[in-house]
Amino acid sequence: MKRGMLSVAGLMILLAISTIAGVCLGSVDLSFSQVLSIVFHPEVEDTAYHILWDIRIPRVLAALLLGGGLSVSGFLLQTFFQNPIAGPYVLGISSGAKLTVALVMIFLLGQGMVISSFGMVAAAFAGAMLAMGFVLVLSFRVQNMSFLVVCGIMIGYICSAITDFLVTFAADSNIVNLHNWSKGSFSGMSWENVRLMSILILAGVVCAFLLSKPISAYQLGETYARNMGVNITRLRVILILLSSLLSACVTAFAGPISFVGIAVPHLMKSLTKSAKPLLLIPCCFVGGAVITILCDTVARLVFAPTELSISSVTAIFLVPVVITMMVKKQRGSL
Amino acid sequence: MSKIEAKKLSVGYGKTPLLAEISFQALKGQVVTLIGPNGAGKSTILKTLIKQLSPVGGTVYVDEKNVANLSEKEMAKKLSVVMTGRLKPELMTCKDVVATGRYPYTGRLGILSKEDWEAVETAMEMVHAEETAQRYFHQISDGQKQRVLLARAICQETDLLVLDEPTSYLDIRYKLDIMESIRRLAKEKGRTVVMSLHELDLARMISDTILCVDGEKISKIGTPEEIFQGNVIQELYHIKSENFDAITGGVYMERIKGTPKVFVIGGGRESLSVYSFLARQQIPYGAGMLWENDVAYAGAKATAVTVLSQR
Repeated sequence: MKRGMLSVAGLMILLAISTIAGVCLGSVDLSFSQVLSIVFHPEVEDTAYHILWDIRIPRVLAALLLGGGLSVSGFLLQTFFQNPIAGPYVLGISSGAKLTVALVMIFLLGQGMVISSFGMVAAAFAGAMLAMGFVLVLSFRVQNMSFLVVCGIMIGYICSAITDFLVTFAADSNIVNLHNWSKGSFSGMSWENVRLMSILILAGVVCAFLLSKPISAYQLGETYARNMGVNITRLRVILILLSSLLSACVTAFAGPISFVGIAVPHLMKSLTKSAKPLLLIPCCFVGGAVITILCDTVARLVFAPTELSISSVTAIFLVPVVITMMVKKQRGSL
Repeated sequence: MSKIEAKKLSVGYGKTPLLAEISFQALKGQVVTLIGPNGAGKSTILKTLIKQLSPVGGTVYVDEKNVANLSEKEMAKKLSVVMTGRLKPELMTCKDVVATGRYPYTGRLGILSKEDWEAVETAMEMVHAEETAQRYFHQISDGQKQRVLLARAICQETDLLVLDEPTSYLDIRYKLDIMESIRRLAKEKGRTVVMSLHELDLARMISDTILCVDGEKISKIGTPEEIFQGNVIQELYHIKSENFDAITGGVYMERIKGTPKVFVIGGGRESLSVYSFLARQQIPYGAGMLWENDVAYAGAKATAVTVLSQR
């Protein structure tokens, strides 16, 4: 447990550093003291004030919340499927969410309306549940978890294909937005978005944390969990709803973000040398936040002023992590 | 008062009963063992007892209460299990695995108190698993895993334990070890144990009651003395009468038929090794002259073509 506490402390420090870095760095660099003076003296409304207050801070907060939520969602899915490569992106949940958001966006734009952020989340949640529902229906027929993951991947491809199809034929200039969104990006976050996502994500993560006890029982397999007094059916339903809500929220605001959900739980497990949900859920949240903020900062900086899509950056950094973990696991050293 | 009782229980997957009309009970401190061929339904019965499967018909009572009316939480304080099936918990030490047995007694977040950790340690000592405490569960041997899982069930502090083949794949030392722990649990702590076993010798040593599960019903229930006599075992497993000797528990391969080429004179231990040598080489042989209470008599009767014997 000592190692666990040290890990939490270390992660919090990293979170502070990456948040500061994310806020200070950009196409216009701000020094730390400049940032402090703007935060504590908000009455001077210069350009730096607007860059910081209207663009950078909401963006970094969004990366923090969504990255954390995504990682917790990944942890829940890995527990549920008892499969190390389960994650919202791999299982097609993100793609399902993307599809419904695209549908709703195109429909509303056609009517000359703009979609509200709450509407985005609702649409994304419906899509996430739809994709997850498919996987679940299959899970009643097949017990093999690896097979389910493969099904999830294919559902993801179908959803992406339909989305591409819609995007191609919906000839509207506003579709450009949709196209950018569907690649995944944290740009253009408003305070209103941040407010809504913080409510949803924090509620989801706190619920997951309060479920640490049954989740830890579930890690021993269904038979033993039931014998420990866990209501398995109820737990499974809650796990699915929570992980779908979290990843739907991420997809609604930032588009699909790959690999954070798979890689961060693994990283946190090897950092803490533990799989206890009580420790891992907070660690995943903070660790996911750190990694997403850093990746977003990289996406903004490397080819500034052109931005990379967040998924390209996360893939480059996190795929090697996932592969290393799987190799280690095969060798039995993890 | 019975700790666990099955009344006219039918078990199976879905709606078709695999086994019907099962009735038995176990009292405090008793060891009840299910024996029978592979696929006869021993595990199915156990899974129904622990509510993993719902009964196709009939009722299971734990502490004289119908289990259908007990919540998961209530069950967890009455009954603990060790089931088959590979368990691969990630990054859990053996002590962590044992500690999950305290689950029904911890609070919202599942944090163990000092007393809980003491119960964990006592349980691990009882099955001699202390030395594995800090090692990862997936890295220890099958025998040690089984000990750890038994310790987990013990520290759940239930009056009733259900064990599915607790000695499978274990070497003789671990088998004896697990049996020893089960005997102490039952006779010193008054826990009731219901389990399935493949090893007839172990079942005979430890059980108060043996249930013979033959694939359609419970063909016989009785004490080891009632089961290990006559042809009960042979009929249960569909083997020939001479393949098994109920008195010694000895198991013999098929007799080598043909005209005897060798005649082994005399009995005792030495002739037993001669018999097994001949059987191994597939040489038909005769044996005699034996008293019927000679140690070699059962072996000769099972494997020799002709046996000359006297009472």
